[in-house]
Amino acid sequence: MHIPDGYLSPSSCAVMYAASAPCWWAALRRTRRKLFGRTLPLLSLFAAFSFVVMMFNLPLPGGTTGHAVGVGIAAIVLGPWASMLAISLALTIQAFFFGDGGITTLGANCFNMAIVGSFAAWGIYRLVSLGAAAESRRRVVAAALAGYGAINLSALLAAIELGIQPTLFHDATGAPLYAPYPLHIAIPAMMIGHLTIAGAAEAVMSAGLFSYLRRSEPGLVGIAATPKGTRRAVGELWGALAVVLLLTPLGILAGGAAWGEWAPRDFAETAARARIAATSGNTAPPVSAPSGMARLATVWTAPLPDYAPHFVKSAGFGYLLSAMFGVGLIVAATWLVQRLTEGARRGER
Amino acid sequence: MSAGVIGRTVRGFTEALAQTLEAEDSARERGLLQALDPRVKVVGLLALVVSAALSHNLKVMAALFGLAIVLAVASRLSLRSMAKRVWLVAFGFTFMIAAPALFLTPGERVYSLGWLAITAQGLRSALMLVARVETAVTLSTLLVLTTPWMHLLKALRTLLVPVEAIMLLAMTHRYVVLLTETANAMFESRQSRMVGRLNGHEQRRLMVNTGGVLLSKTLEMGNQVFLAMQARGFRGEVRLLDEFRMRGWDYVAICGFAIAVAAAARAGR
Repeated sequence: MHIPDGYLSPSSCAVMYAASAPCWWAALRRTRRKLFGRTLPLLSLFAAFSFVVMMFNLPLPGGTTGHAVGVGIAAIVLGPWASMLAISLALTIQAFFFGDGGITTLGANCFNMAIVGSFAAWGIYRLVSLGAAAESRRRVVAAALAGYGAINLSALLAAIELGIQPTLFHDATGAPLYAPYPLHIAIPAMMIGHLTIAGAAEAVMSAGLFSYLRRSEPGLVGIAATPKGTRRAVGELWGALAVVLLLTPLGILAGGAAWGEWAPRDFAETAARARIAATSGNTAPPVSAPSGMARLATVWTAPLPDYAPHFVKSAGFGYLLSAMFGVGLIVAATWLVQRLTEGARRGER
Repeated sequence: MSAGVIGRTVRGFTEALAQTLEAEDSARERGLLQALDPRVKVVGLLALVVSAALSHNLKVMAALFGLAIVLAVASRLSLRSMAKRVWLVAFGFTFMIAAPALFLTPGERVYSLGWLAITAQGLRSALMLVARVETAVTLSTLLVLTTPWMHLLKALRTLLVPVEAIMLLAMTHRYVVLLTETANAMFESRQSRMVGRLNGHEQRRLMVNTGGVLLSKTLEMGNQVFLAMQARGFRGEVRLLDEFRMRGWDYVAICGFAIAVAAAARAGR
């Protein structure tokens, strides 16, 4: 699929450079802000990785071998714009240094593989993995399809560019001046190899690398960096909390009173005084509430006194409602603190 | 021993590394093109590549190919190595593509092979394709083999390539060599520990897992490189040291390239 020099007419090459240039410009502009952070070495390294992966001989079912481009995994990890730059860099090094793909056709090769390939891979992955859980097998299938779809779309574009050459550029006798095959030959000739061998190589490599990254670097493939075990543990905690909430009405079955949790009025009531004495080693409580306790007891009046909202007649349901209200408040407070600390951390960066 | 895919992959890495070293060595030779300002070479040789692409005349392409050979000899490049690494490879690939065009291109029959007929248009088309590819590949190889990579990148500034792109290309090239060596070492170490044959599924898993580990190393290295860059004071500004200076010989070369391009353009139509 790397179109060498001489296969496309200079005007076709110019058109493809013109089509690629605004995309490169937009990609550089979009990534420029991030380019001089960690993205700079990451982009170069990913380009180098893509270059090296292209040299892997990948065994395929049927006994043949193929080479992947790496556009699928690059688009998933870096996003379409940065992936476009990384694959373009790899193709430029290949063209200039290793003669794989031409210099005049570099615009076309980058347009087919880096630009359209990156967007196609990213779009297919996003579409197929939409709503899939982090551990879902669908995400692996989405990665495979992203690689397969991207490489085949790139091949189709290359075939079209090659296939229009004899129609547009031929001499007076009808002899084609550049790539000699018309569309009805160029498209099947290119696509048969890509729908089978090259597509399969890209799919295998994309899915394999995606699975590897999902295990080792989940954040890089757009999955929240919560290991499987942690997610399961969090789920179990929520389950346990729900069970405890449902069991809260059992609290009203408990007899007696908690030591020290007395209301000022309890010191005046005979039954309450007996309970205080029973839980205090039969020591008689004072005849009236201590003055400090009586004064402070009115500072704050609870909205749900004794876990029994006034509008609820059932004590058990009142307990459950109070428990849910309390848990909700704690979750909301935790979320708020988390947001505030995250904001502060971002501000520090 | 499953020498198949691993062996082929290792061979590919070795050849790529050897090619890199060879290019660095030949760029240090004291030859004609090595002595030129890289900017003159980039513009001049790329203009000749475009001339070859524009030409519709086989004689002009033959002349450009001849010029490329003369430049290669004057630059002390090994013609045997060029033949082996460039001409034969390009010819083999292009001939495979071009050969069916001999029969499939409609036109006047010039030779019959049983029920197959070679047409004049097919013959001309196949010859044009092979000649154009050989000439363009030879000219671009001359550029790479006679110019150190860093000089070549800096010279691309004359073609208005953004400085960020040049910096990224420079970094990518270094990491290509580094990661190729790393991947090579990984495969060789695996090969040396392996007894028996791996089936297709196991080979695939080996390749993908090696790719995964390599990617992991790549990402880790990305972080380390960024920290190293920061430690050395990198704050986002890119500066290229531009030590190129035009000398008299460079102006002569510009005239030479201009004459060749003009002659090819005039005779090539």
